[in-house]
Amino acid sequence: MADERVEVVLQVNGREHRLEVSPRWTLSDVLRHQLGLIGTHVGCEQGVCGACTVLLDGEPVRSCLMFAVQAQGQHITTVEGITPENGLSPLQEAFRAHHALQCGYCTPGMLLTAQALLDRDPNPSEETIREALTGNLCRCTGYQFIVDAVLAARGQGRGA
Amino acid sequence: MKPAAFKYFRASTTEEALQHLEAHPGSKVLAGGQSLVPLMNFRLSRPEVLVDINGVDELNRLSVEGGEVRIGALVRHQQLAESVDVARAVPVLSTAAQHIGHWAIRNRGTIGGSVAHADPASELPAALVALNGSVVLRSAAGERRLPADEFFQGFFNTALQDGDLIVELRIPVSKSRFGFSEVVRRPGDFALVGAYIERAGSSGAVTWFGLSGRPERLPVDAWPQGESDRRALLERLVGALPVDESEDYKRAMAVNVAERAYHQAEGEK
Repeated sequence: MADERVEVVLQVNGREHRLEVSPRWTLSDVLRHQLGLIGTHVGCEQGVCGACTVLLDGEPVRSCLMFAVQAQGQHITTVEGITPENGLSPLQEAFRAHHALQCGYCTPGMLLTAQALLDRDPNPSEETIREALTGNLCRCTGYQFIVDAVLAARGQGRGA
Repeated sequence: MKPAAFKYFRASTTEEALQHLEAHPGSKVLAGGQSLVPLMNFRLSRPEVLVDINGVDELNRLSVEGGEVRIGALVRHQQLAESVDVARAVPVLSTAAQHIGHWAIRNRGTIGGSVAHADPASELPAALVALNGSVVLRSAAGERRLPADEFFQGFFNTALQDGDLIVELRIPVSKSRFGFSEVVRRPGDFALVGAYIERAGSSGAVTWFGLSGRPERLPVDAWPQGESDRRALLERLVGALPVDESEDYKRAMAVNVAERAYHQAEGEK
């Protein structure tokens, strides 16, 4: 079958992008290859690992399980979108301070899931944090330091 | 891997979706994509046409009316888990919905998609069977309503025909008490085994999932009061189900989850 192109308008990190995409391109691939937003990592392509998590209208979703055409008119936030121009956000700063990453592959997904949690509940319990992060796999840290970082970032907002 | 090429149609009404499904035999409905897209990424599924129903607002309704919970096909698992109306009318459905996948999966995954996919270890199809729910289907030929027991036919197999669109699930609000429990390797996984227990006075039912090709609801005439008698009854019931030989260990697990669900039903208000 011919790989047709369709037009889609995406709102990514507050900027509008008009793109020609193939319907079969996943949102994760379009973010990375068309828009150069390579902070969105692609791990398993089957919705298990959570590395490709982005926010769709503020809610965490798997960008590998969505076609870019489906995001027409919706607001997407990637890890670049929660990173201030200069320096790090309070959550990112807490990740750094608590050694919440080693290889860094899961980190963008962890940050977006944790940020979405803090946006809806500025003061979550440890149990709530662990429950929210169950959909993001980390093979380095054993999770404890990630939970510590999110606990430390409570009540600090998104920063500048 | 990446999905094979397909033709994409975006529907904004149920009628429009049905027209696309009718015009393109073999086309697939794209709702939340949490089961279909992984299959497409691995090219286990290569539909030539996808009909995206995410823009069909009329399929996104959730209400309790006329003694029934009516859940539009496009309602996301997270909506179901967070609905106050559902928690009041059928509390066990709220509890079970919180066990479907992870947060990011629940934000996209739809109840229509879960039912169409019919994974035998999935919480929602089993809830529909346990709660005597039904599936409302629409096609160019009209609308029909199938009881869950007729809809789920076996391993990933349903009564869905080409051109059918799931529009709604209906679950009667019951006076019975229900309990839910499951065994998973990690939170968010599909269940190894799960159970719903119904207690309607002294009688009721047990519905197991993850054991055989589809959720099975087995009526119980009289629940024994004592735990050992109850376990003996559950063992007898699970013994009659067709379970794969390599999964024989699940029978003992099934008795345990059912016992846990029984106690949960006791606590339900």
